[in-house]
Amino acid sequence: MAGTKMTGAEIFLEMLRREGVEVVFGMPGGAVIQIYDHLHDVDFLKHVLVRHEQGATHMADGYARATGKTGVVLVTSGPGATNTVTGIATAYMDSTPLVVFTGQVPTSLIGNDAFQEADIIGITRPITKHSFLVRDVDDLAPAIRKAFYLAKTGRPGPVVVDLPKDVITAQTTFRYPEQVEIRGYKPTYEGHVNQIKKAARVISEAKRPLLYVGGGVIMSGASQELRYFAIENNLPVTMTLQGLGAFPGESEQSLGMLGMHGMYWANQAINNCDVLVALGARFDDRVTGKLETFATKATKIHVDIDPSTIDKNVRVDIPIVGDVKRVLKLLRQYMPKKPDTKEWWAQIRRWQQECPLTYEKSDGKLRSQFVIERLWEKTRGDAVVVTDVGQHQMFVAQYYKFQHPRTHITSGGLGTMGFAVPASIGAALGRNDYPVFSISGDGGFAMNMQELLVAKAHNLPIKFMVINNNYLGMVRQWQELFYNEKYSYTDLQGLNPDFAAVAQSMGIKALRVARMDQVDDALQQLLNYSEGPMLVEFLVEKEELVFPMVPAGASVSDMIVERLNPQRMV
Amino acid sequence: MKHTISILMENRFGAFDRVANLFSGKGFNLHSITIGETELRDVMRMTIVTSGDDQIIDQVIKQLNRLVDTIKVVDLSEHDRTERELALITLHYEKGNLQEIKNICDIFRGRVVDINNKSVMLEITGPPAKIDAAVNVLMPFGIKEMARTGTVALKRGEQIRQPQEVG
Repeated sequence: MAGTKMTGAEIFLEMLRREGVEVVFGMPGGAVIQIYDHLHDVDFLKHVLVRHEQGATHMADGYARATGKTGVVLVTSGPGATNTVTGIATAYMDSTPLVVFTGQVPTSLIGNDAFQEADIIGITRPITKHSFLVRDVDDLAPAIRKAFYLAKTGRPGPVVVDLPKDVITAQTTFRYPEQVEIRGYKPTYEGHVNQIKKAARVISEAKRPLLYVGGGVIMSGASQELRYFAIENNLPVTMTLQGLGAFPGESEQSLGMLGMHGMYWANQAINNCDVLVALGARFDDRVTGKLETFATKATKIHVDIDPSTIDKNVRVDIPIVGDVKRVLKLLRQYMPKKPDTKEWWAQIRRWQQECPLTYEKSDGKLRSQFVIERLWEKTRGDAVVVTDVGQHQMFVAQYYKFQHPRTHITSGGLGTMGFAVPASIGAALGRNDYPVFSISGDGGFAMNMQELLVAKAHNLPIKFMVINNNYLGMVRQWQELFYNEKYSYTDLQGLNPDFAAVAQSMGIKALRVARMDQVDDALQQLLNYSEGPMLVEFLVEKEELVFPMVPAGASVSDMIVERLNPQRMV
Repeated sequence: MKHTISILMENRFGAFDRVANLFSGKGFNLHSITIGETELRDVMRMTIVTSGDDQIIDQVIKQLNRLVDTIKVVDLSEHDRTERELALITLHYEKGNLQEIKNICDIFRGRVVDINNKSVMLEITGPPAKIDAAVNVLMPFGIKEMARTGTVALKRGEQIRQPQEVG
């Protein structure tokens, strides 16, 4: 290959081949037509034709989260590029590695308000880890090499590569850039040994230690080290939304999720622990609630690969910048003794009995919680569960005990409704070890349901579940609790379609369920059906609320635990 | 408290925008920003004056370091440094006060760089505080236009003690 003249389009595909890219999510258009001309003839990668470019970024995101590989997107200039923005922001907030290739008008026309021109580099600057506008075909291969390197290393994130049309058509001698040298970018992987030793000493002497685990543990592949560390030292583990799956949810040592809709006992543990160990977590406001009252009794240890997360929201006592997997390995070695956590565990068990996670079951009405609980019973964690955003997302986080890393995929940081349908398509293309469930509410499902066509086109055996309460349920919940029950524009009754019929119109098998006694059978049908996608619409209780709940900006100790008496503060 | 931060960064398309964007996106204060060439062809130096409590300044430094195009970020406030700024100031003058303006200009070691029958332009260089003082004193004469460059700064060399002569 070396020494031969190649066009930018050919170099682009050659670089994708060398990066080991297996799937590209995209949509053709004028600026990238030459790439598509070549793409048609290559057999080393699969191109997934999306129906809206937002779907492409979410699919690549779901693919990346499910596999740990980098998701790749190819779209045209202008609207093709701007449509990717929400997906890029979603990936940025949850640190997913993506490389998004956008077409661009020829360099001679940039800035001219040319047809389908948009300054996508400018538009995406605050929501990308980095970006490249390739202005010379000789810069193309190095830019692509750097883009993949940046997306995947350190704290992962999305990278945009903007490709003007004349760069794609220009010819040059192709040289593969063997080395990547970026002098301003040197992520720290090894934690500082003295800091790790200090942390080990503090943990071993703790009376009430707590591990607070975030998505960084999953990204770093540190789940096994975490399991060893927690079990050896009998430490309680609580997880953020992105952390779910990092530690087995069924374990006695798991306290489940913490934060706004977290477990009562997990938040009590946060408030009362004397040593808090944050692992690959970033003290998000949905976790901490009011900062002034967050874990005030604790010595705080924070392990993160991104130095900017340290001391950002919460002052920590022992910061450790590094890859959490490597740090945990050393932390295990340096533990001088096991902490004595017997009394602490007794206290945690009391909290668990005091205020268990529960919902109304006796009235026979079909509730979201019941559907999720049954899904858990059917799969016991051996499934990839992709969720959208809202009440169903929180019910899944509460009632589905994730057992394995990379089995829980959701938009946490940005909270992007419309994420689940496309993200599950990406996940299903990357994974065939577990069935893929795609759970949405009626609001979010309608935001990207056009991508069902893609699931059908590739006959992906995705199990779509629409939890339909005919409301924008989470907003409705806030309106009920904090806005005097004024349900301003959240009622979708009479506005929603028959979702099962929508799916059927696309040739997708679908059914509707409205009673508790139909749920098991419907879930079993979903599990058994392997010929392609299938959808079940669950018509659930309209006015259910997610509890427990910490009101925004309140202390995590001020949880509302049930509806009947919302004033009861515990 | 004001902090002067010096950034070495790649001389590359979009690098400056990323820094400016960071300040607006994260809501950091930005009092002045300058950018110019350095002794290295592919490296630019940006000098930023910002303010905030320790936690904010800590974040400013970390976020700047996080940018891929930044090579080195130093908070010069922690070091012995030299800071300079240049101002061009145009004033109206009347018959009686031209000499007075000239005197003030001399006190600040400035120079008259342009004059016509209505206005005079002064060039004043020095630490930002000196420029502030000059502006303050010149204000009553009626400043017609003013352009300030913003602060540039460099760390000063370490003072190496000369060996004592042995007698």
